[in-house]
Amino acid sequence: MMKLFGSSIKDIAELYRKGETTPRQVVDELLQRIEHVNPALNAFIRLDKEHIDEQVSNAEKMLGSKQSSQLCGIPIAVKDIFTTKGINTTCASKILENFIPPYDATVIAKLKAAGAIIIGKTNMDEFAMGSSTETSYFGPTRNPWAPDTVPGGSSGGSASAVAADMAFGALGTDTGGSIRQPAALCGIVGLKPTYGRVSRYGMIAFASSLDQGGTMTKTVYDSALLLEAIAGFDPKDSTSADRPVEPFTTLLSPGLKNSTIGVPAEYFIEGMDRDVQKAVNSAIETMKRLGAKIVDISLPYTKYAVAVYYILASSEASSNLARYDGVRYGYRSGQSANLMEMYKHTRAQGFGREVKRRIMLGTFALSAGYYSAFYGKAQKARRLIADDFAGAFKKCDLILAPTSPTPAFKLGSKLDDPLKMYLSDIFTIPLNLAGLPGISIPCGFTDNNLPVGMQLIGKQFDEKTILNAAHAYEQETQWYKKKPDIH
Amino acid sequence: MKEKINIDVKKVAELARLEFSDDELKVFSTQFQAILEYISQIDELELDDVEPMASPLPGPQRLRPDSQEKNTADTPEATQKMAVANAPGSMEGYFVVPKVIE
Repeated sequence: MMKLFGSSIKDIAELYRKGETTPRQVVDELLQRIEHVNPALNAFIRLDKEHIDEQVSNAEKMLGSKQSSQLCGIPIAVKDIFTTKGINTTCASKILENFIPPYDATVIAKLKAAGAIIIGKTNMDEFAMGSSTETSYFGPTRNPWAPDTVPGGSSGGSASAVAADMAFGALGTDTGGSIRQPAALCGIVGLKPTYGRVSRYGMIAFASSLDQGGTMTKTVYDSALLLEAIAGFDPKDSTSADRPVEPFTTLLSPGLKNSTIGVPAEYFIEGMDRDVQKAVNSAIETMKRLGAKIVDISLPYTKYAVAVYYILASSEASSNLARYDGVRYGYRSGQSANLMEMYKHTRAQGFGREVKRRIMLGTFALSAGYYSAFYGKAQKARRLIADDFAGAFKKCDLILAPTSPTPAFKLGSKLDDPLKMYLSDIFTIPLNLAGLPGISIPCGFTDNNLPVGMQLIGKQFDEKTILNAAHAYEQETQWYKKKPDIH
Repeated sequence: MKEKINIDVKKVAELARLEFSDDELKVFSTQFQAILEYISQIDELELDDVEPMASPLPGPQRLRPDSQEKNTADTPEATQKMAVANAPGSMEGYFVVPKVIE
């Protein structure tokens, strides 16, 4: 029999319903698994052992009632960027190492209300700035498929935890690909919802006009289930969209008849990994077989997306991260003669290299004399990229593309070349600029047995269509059944 | 690409309230220049008639009603004690910082 930890959320919920296992048993087995596997992967920054018993007994009580959610009693891992009341929330930074939030992020409150068990906080690139989870103050996370490679980032801890069966599902955040790219590199399902779909309250800000929380799961069904739980209007987030949350799980259906999928020429570029290209091309054939009509589309401004993104994201970050000044919370440097010196010492010692690089870039792009040449232009170019998609969606219902130009790369191979690292997100960034939903799902393996992900991109607030297509593809191919060889 | 921009990295660091060692500054300046060259690609674009886009959502941001929220067991009233609980330096409910006035 398959171990409990290898199951999906849906499977565990079904076992609970039939009375064949209990949250206590599931949590105990999972904690054993984590203890066994995590030291080699470093996916978790912290386990919430202190509050687990209380959460388990709550869930066991809730399961007795008839209307309990399918998430009730399910252990979920949470990226360490979401505030958790009474539990350290670090953003994988020295500057927040000892920060204990007095409140829960809205998504955490929603998960708790559904009876989900917050099992621990996962590793990430510091302040979500990175594509490899190597910039974490707590050391890099490794990819369960090949421990000498990165899990992607910035939600690499969540991706590694789910892929190695250390969590049934996880929350991540995605500013330029930070859910989808690690999902692709770790062979799991990663969903970045439409900007505004999921509350950002209690999600520590990196770039406020791009950040969006989402789900990382083993299957598309589980992704739909988690999205139902965390999505929805939140008066505490001024950019939260006042839209009803659809019952995504019950809308999933097999087959792709009557759907038109656009394939953008600009996403199949020179220098792209050959095995990735092969896997994605074969996925296109599968989609045809499932009844979809495939059309060629063009997104001509794609090549400017990375440049636009790094100006806007760094500018917003330099402003958002100004709050870390050593006064109200977080790290403070010891000896300073005056306030100004204290700010500088604190920030110089508290932030890592990549974070400082982006604060500098953003400060420069917003500074007098350069604002209109960089920030102003980037905001205009952002419009062109968004309009690209609007034009493309006149010809198709959703767009199919690779998630990442390469599979998982070796630890350290891009760390000293920021530009090379930034280009890892070339296919994911445009969606954040346009605010569109995107899902990455496994679509095969390279010759070296590394997972490949494909991305399905939808219109704003049309998660339903991409979840459906992803589900149909997944049911046909069942890549999710293949697991990394990690014991 | 327009003429090379000479960035005064030290001045930017000052504005950002950061500081770097001379070695760090050297590595950093080189990387910064490469990134800057890359992002200057957007200079190729014809943008005169394009409306800037600040957010993916149309329209102005919504404000919540300016009224006090009800406190519950999960969201208790914020106290002065809570406000300074995470502060690296505090005294009698106030934040303590190094000397401000010389």
